[in-house]
Amino acid sequence: MPEITMLKAINDALHIAMEKDDDVVMLGEDIGVKGGVFGTTEGLHAKYGDLRVMDTPLSECGIIGTAVGMAIYGLKPVPEIQFQDFIFPAFDQIVSEMAKMRYRSGGHFTCPMVVRTPSGGGIRGGHYHSQSGEAYFAHTPGLRVVMPSTPREAKGLMLSAIFCDDPVIFLEPKALYRHSKEEVEDGFFTIDMDKARIAREGKDVTVCSWGAMVSIVMDAAKEAAENGVDVEVIDMRSMLPWDAETVLESVRKTGRCLAVQEAPRTCSFASEIAATVAEKCIDSLEAPVGRVSGFDTPFPYTLEHVYKPDKKRVLNAIEYVANWQ
Amino acid sequence: MSTDEMLQVMDAPGKAKGKTPDGLKGDDLKKMFRAMFFTRLFDQRGMNLQRQGRIGFYVPSYGQEASQIGAGYAMADHDILFPSYRVVSIALLRGVDLRVLFNQAWGNAADLCKGRQMPNHYAIPDIGWTSISSPIGTQITHAAGAARAAQIRGEPKVSWAWFGDGGTSSNDFHAGMNFAAVWKSPCIFMCENNHWAISVPQEKQSASATFAEKAVAYGMPGIRVDGNDVLAVYEACKEARERAESGGGPTLIETVTFRMGPHSSSDDPSKYQAKELFEAWQEKDPIDRFRAWMKGKRLWTQKWEDELKEEMLAEIAAAVESAESTPAPEVETLFDDVYADVPVMLQEQRATLLDQIRRSGDIEDTGGAFPL
Repeated sequence: MPEITMLKAINDALHIAMEKDDDVVMLGEDIGVKGGVFGTTEGLHAKYGDLRVMDTPLSECGIIGTAVGMAIYGLKPVPEIQFQDFIFPAFDQIVSEMAKMRYRSGGHFTCPMVVRTPSGGGIRGGHYHSQSGEAYFAHTPGLRVVMPSTPREAKGLMLSAIFCDDPVIFLEPKALYRHSKEEVEDGFFTIDMDKARIAREGKDVTVCSWGAMVSIVMDAAKEAAENGVDVEVIDMRSMLPWDAETVLESVRKTGRCLAVQEAPRTCSFASEIAATVAEKCIDSLEAPVGRVSGFDTPFPYTLEHVYKPDKKRVLNAIEYVANWQ
Repeated sequence: MSTDEMLQVMDAPGKAKGKTPDGLKGDDLKKMFRAMFFTRLFDQRGMNLQRQGRIGFYVPSYGQEASQIGAGYAMADHDILFPSYRVVSIALLRGVDLRVLFNQAWGNAADLCKGRQMPNHYAIPDIGWTSISSPIGTQITHAAGAARAAQIRGEPKVSWAWFGDGGTSSNDFHAGMNFAAVWKSPCIFMCENNHWAISVPQEKQSASATFAEKAVAYGMPGIRVDGNDVLAVYEACKEARERAESGGGPTLIETVTFRMGPHSSSDDPSKYQAKELFEAWQEKDPIDRFRAWMKGKRLWTQKWEDELKEEMLAEIAAAVESAESTPAPEVETLFDDVYADVPVMLQEQRATLLDQIRRSGDIEDTGGAFPL
């Protein structure tokens, strides 16, 4: 199996999807001839042309609104929003149209589409190229909100998302695009979006995270092990719907839980995990449920490295939760 | 034709001004009159049902029957419709079973939308009528996208979007017009200029002299037509459809009409609209005009209209009775259609709710009247 980056894995998934199904179309800003500002759509325009790979006018509302129309018609559009920070002009289309179409029409019209968008920090992009907005979307019934953590995960989850009948917000952790390589199967395969992944088994503390934070948590877990704390790492994969059972099962075993995210803290997905664990696992808990997150400030430019949780901050939190008596 | 001229086939009192559009025979003209007349009766019934407290809300289309039926008659059966909430006339023209419409008004168990939306927010898949949204203009980009999809698939379908003068201020109007024009998509944008966005008059909506002229900047034809002249609307729409189908791209059609009723059952225009203005437009009532025109062509008799009325009222009464006596959707349907399959988290929420109902009885319907 070839070792590839997440960027290549996503690009592979898009090529495979377009090859497999003529109804799969791509649209967005600079995704055609240029192949995307990060290169995720490289080679698609040359292969499939203007009709299926559309460089659109500069309007996020237009990109998602027209993609919704295409999905209603019966296509499987995969629109790209260049940065998740730019998605808000399309928020109405995502929340009130794409997410609600199946429900409000009694199941007669649906939006099987995937909104791909690079998310999170790591490129010194200031707050308009770095935010983690997953909680906005995870608060919207009807959406699936997915974020992969490795190249293989990205490919398998992307193919699941494209061939799923629900609308998906697919958050691509841009910090991981070229971060590292992983062995990834050639050809078509899918990964179940409904199931969280145990990225590392452990017996002392459960740490839940997703996207770019997973590799930081894995590094922290490795170091914690050297200090005698055995961490179980759960890669959530999907934030809506989300796999509470895998988390609860782990916490019943470890009795200690931490949720780690890059996003701001208040009303975040980490908060949802903490609330659910407190609600359903109180008898197993031996320590307060902890959250490690970005701060409730805008995402900064110069002090990005201070804002984003790093291995040290995660490790401190693991030790705090592990040592609580 | 420039965008400040207004296409007319009949004058205000309903005398022929231009020639009858090609291809329209007596039966066609009668069908058009029938649908307009039916719409008026249907709307009157809808408003009455709301006033009687039997349905929660209603949006009448008084005064816009010509603007809508002219377009509806120019459509092909396989076209895709992206209507606003004020276009029930097209469903009546297309022969949709009235129970479909009234079941939706009651949001009952037989409602195609399963009681998930307010009245007038229909979804009627059999006639390509997509799901209606309350936020203004959102269907405009959908129409542009569906039109693009037809190009991608190589299918001869045309998409139609309906919106009002207020809708032209929305983000989606700008995006939808621009995308469709760039793509040269088979899409027709029906701007029903009824002069009002709830209480905000046309002159506070836009400083453009006409709405049709907005098309020019997008690079598509903009046609301005007398919206109370059903034949003029038909002619403009037929031409736009032919252009769309033959690869000529989208068209914006402004139908100049007037909302001869409230915005909805919750609105009272006497607060913001001069009586004289309403009366002046009453003189141009599209149904009266078409009736006079039909009479001039010997296509209308009082007897025919009386028979139509009797038949329609009976049909409406039967559908109302059927819808009103159909029960509400089952509680568990609350959790269906959020996703293709009910996810575990919703299965749990459903089980918790049903368990509570089992233990402490049905949940009281505390009602609530829509205030706007």
